[in-house]
Amino acid sequence: MANLVGARIERKEDKKFLTGKGRYTADINLSNQTYAYFVRSPHARAKITKVDHSKAKKAPGVVDVFTGDSVTKDKIGGLICGWKIVSQDGKDMKCPPHPVLAKDVVNFVGDHVAVVVAETLEQAKNAAELVNVSYKLLKPVIKTEKATSFENIHEGIDNNLSFDFILGDKGKTNEAFSKADKVVKLDLVNNRLIPNAMEPRAAIGDYNTSSDELTLYTASQNPHLDRLIMSAFNAVHPEHKFRIVSPDVGGGFGSKINVYAEDVVVAYASKKIGRPVKWVAERSESFMSDNHGRDHVTHAELALKSDGKIIGLKVDTIANLGAYSLVLAAVTPTYLYAPLVLGIYDIPAACCTVKGVYTNTAPTDAYRGAGRPEATYVIERIVTEAAKEIGMDQAEFRKKNFINKFPHQQCLVHNIDSGDYNAHLDKALELSDYKNFENRRSQSAKKGKLRGIGLSTYFEACGVAPSAVVMSIGAGVGLWESAEIRFNPTGNVSVFTGTHSHGQSHDTTFAQIVGDKLGVSIENIDIVHGDTDKGPFGMGTYGSRSLAVGGTAIVKACDKIIAKGKKVAAKMLEGKPEDIDFKGGEFILKNSNKKKTIGEIAFACYLPGTFGDVKSPLPEGVEPGLIETSFFDPSNFSFPSGSHICEVEVDEETGETKLVKYTVVDDFGTVINPLIVEGQVHGGVAQGVGQALYENAHYDESGQLTSASYMDYTMPRADNLPQITIDYTCTPATSNPLGAKGCGEAGTIAAPAAVMNAVIDAVGSDVSMPATAEKVWKVLKKNGSKKAAA
Amino acid sequence: MKNFNFKSATSTKEATKLSSVKTTFLAGGMTLIPAMKLRLAAYSDLINIKKIKGISGIKVSSKSIRIGATTTHAEVAASKEVGKSIPSLAVLAEGIGDPQVRNRGTIGGSIANNDPAADYPSACLALNAIIHTSKRKIAADKFFKGMFETDLKKGELIESIEFQVPEKSGYAKFPNPASRYAIVGVYIAKFKNEVRAAITGAGNYVFRSNELEKALSANFSTSAIDKVNISSKELNSDIHASAEYRAHIIKVMAKKALSFS
Repeated sequence: MANLVGARIERKEDKKFLTGKGRYTADINLSNQTYAYFVRSPHARAKITKVDHSKAKKAPGVVDVFTGDSVTKDKIGGLICGWKIVSQDGKDMKCPPHPVLAKDVVNFVGDHVAVVVAETLEQAKNAAELVNVSYKLLKPVIKTEKATSFENIHEGIDNNLSFDFILGDKGKTNEAFSKADKVVKLDLVNNRLIPNAMEPRAAIGDYNTSSDELTLYTASQNPHLDRLIMSAFNAVHPEHKFRIVSPDVGGGFGSKINVYAEDVVVAYASKKIGRPVKWVAERSESFMSDNHGRDHVTHAELALKSDGKIIGLKVDTIANLGAYSLVLAAVTPTYLYAPLVLGIYDIPAACCTVKGVYTNTAPTDAYRGAGRPEATYVIERIVTEAAKEIGMDQAEFRKKNFINKFPHQQCLVHNIDSGDYNAHLDKALELSDYKNFENRRSQSAKKGKLRGIGLSTYFEACGVAPSAVVMSIGAGVGLWESAEIRFNPTGNVSVFTGTHSHGQSHDTTFAQIVGDKLGVSIENIDIVHGDTDKGPFGMGTYGSRSLAVGGTAIVKACDKIIAKGKKVAAKMLEGKPEDIDFKGGEFILKNSNKKKTIGEIAFACYLPGTFGDVKSPLPEGVEPGLIETSFFDPSNFSFPSGSHICEVEVDEETGETKLVKYTVVDDFGTVINPLIVEGQVHGGVAQGVGQALYENAHYDESGQLTSASYMDYTMPRADNLPQITIDYTCTPATSNPLGAKGCGEAGTIAAPAAVMNAVIDAVGSDVSMPATAEKVWKVLKKNGSKKAAA
Repeated sequence: MKNFNFKSATSTKEATKLSSVKTTFLAGGMTLIPAMKLRLAAYSDLINIKKIKGISGIKVSSKSIRIGATTTHAEVAASKEVGKSIPSLAVLAEGIGDPQVRNRGTIGGSIANNDPAADYPSACLALNAIIHTSKRKIAADKFFKGMFETDLKKGELIESIEFQVPEKSGYAKFPNPASRYAIVGVYIAKFKNEVRAAITGAGNYVFRSNELEKALSANFSTSAIDKVNISSKELNSDIHASAEYRAHIIKVMAKKALSFS
């Protein structure tokens, strides 16, 4: 059999998705089902003085109405922050109460206040209009940089400051800066984004009054974690009687990691009324109430020697947590961000502070890249600026400062095991024809366009993550992963993974790994995920971890299968287990032509005796069946890296930016399926381009989300993107046997800096994200462009 | 969406008869249905007018093109007669929304709705159109009254729109990157006796630009536009574009429209 790993195999899951046969939560309808509709706050900040649902309760078709009082009475716990951060002063971060239905106050537009459960969705919506909530309006704080000087929006959280985090040695960094020949300074805003998964969130609670089992169908990236949180913290139902199913999920991007109020409420409501309760988000609810991403305000300084060597870095960031602290809200702008601001440069001294602040906006949390796009934006913008200020070629400047010996212990946190940064930059420079850029710039000028080029040489910490490390810095769980391989008696294989595929193509990638390991064709391998009743406990999919951590667990389970298979084969082939080789799906007795296929061994494991002609007694001490489980906890993160080079043309008259050339060279370590990886990179780049040029979650001063639909929130579209050239270099990861580093977030991490560096190169001065036509036009006009002023 | 009765009329008379203050006409539904789904609008009855004979289709004469109210944007875009007689009108139709919208949405619906960022109203003003309704003829100049507001009375139904064929014309749109509606759309048409320039997307509702018309009447060229001063005073300002930017883009689009003519 040809190697499956490394082959461009078309996605097994494409057929069902492309023909509309996917089965998402919204596609599931249960008998006797009811429909939930949420009453949400229309105000950014208010005291709730009264919730009168008497009319709604009497409305046609209404089964029940639940409010903050109901959940309080039934002792349903609030939503939690799952990874807590410690401030500089040694104190724990401050988390406000976050009830699943607001009781006394609302803190953002879209905050959940009550839920109406009715026979039909229309009846639920009609009745929701009759729920009369009396509010006493309070002045909201919206802007990130204003939060600490505003009155407290949560009782007992002074200056709206959740945490004041520091990483690095302040003294050493100041000392480095005192020796600098030049200090480059930059103020940056990382714009707030709305994740916009194609499938809106959805949940169905289904309580079985007979068995006392509760099933929750929910569009989640991590059903086991949801169950754990909802059992242990929200007190919805005991874990052993609680099943969570996350069937096909249409995109997550981090926005489906959280346990949301709607999940808890439909599960709770189903128990209360003894019938299934279904809720599917409307797109406007997704805009308002999915966790948002990014939203940083940053000041950065880079200390240089006159020869261009970087000797120090200072970064001070304010991160907007929004109204509450969600599951990964605190770790995202701290441990997933601060260590990464170093980029791939050998920087001997650095210090990064992050203030996490509360505002009256939707809560923020992990969004594709989670902290790493923000960090990459800081370092890649400032190194570009530094190269310009000291008059050095930006590629040369980067190379001069690259880390070039591995493993490399960075001055903040990470110990980077492997990489070759010159290799991917050189390849990208070559592929993008970097050396002839100035010719292209002149050609564009002849057409009346301003052309610019931007580089972004990024790295990321993926494969989250080593449990010992993450738990020592506040994670509420270890981030190992599980796998179980079940050989069926007929020789096909069910592979249970604790990860979850919501667009990552696990059905194909994992089947390729198992196919190669066990010599089974991928048609005979089924990858099973997304159901807490099926496989062992698993941690889910985020942080580009599925392959490096989950894939490794699968490999280890395969190894156990082979080890057992050798014992059984030895008995059948009349040899010793150590004399059995396993290759291409066959157990072969050394120095003989005697062999058994893995299918025959599996059959024997299930029929350990004599049956007709088949004689397959198991060796003594070997149990029947062929099922093996493995848990893998990596020793370190993995560190993918790469180089993105972007070229843009800016229309001087209108300020419009057009991407004209985009080159990517990534080092993802071992690539299992280049076709799938390219899809991940394309999508990631598109999302990064979205942040750089188009997307922006905009709240007005009163806290209304004015970009709450696709009429006003600009998603990147096919016609906004050029052909993307993709290539690879490879230095395998040493922290997992596959050598895989992770690819899911890379595009989104690198692209914003590459695009913005290109725009800034084109127009000649700073522009903030998103670089909309008007913003660029204003800069051009200010810079004295006659065309822009005409 | 709140429940409603669905009724189909087979004549304009019947449609008028069925209509009341609680009803509305349904053509392509490209604006109406989303508004109802969002509960921004609710009616007791929707009166489908797509089955009415004689209010769909394109008729061309040497002086004018008459387009039936329920003619879709796709039909106008694909019409050879329109392409030959007023190519800018076909270009405009081809640039509305996306293929789904163009296959469902109708010219009558677009005009009756008078969205401040819709394309067709600018064509009506620039091409000195006459709106033929179930009751009367209305000059485009008197038809558009305000944001989402027209001269139509309750129960009055647009039957066709008659565009005058100009000597030269062009339409250029600067789309909102999110919705792809016009942030600014400029339609310029040169007739024997006058130049008309209509602007959509930039103001409360579609309007004619005296400044552009005056300059282009004197000298129908881009250099004339360069000298025009467009005031930003009455223009829209929103999260996508300030009034000042819209004023600037009006000139850029006017030049582009002229270059297409």
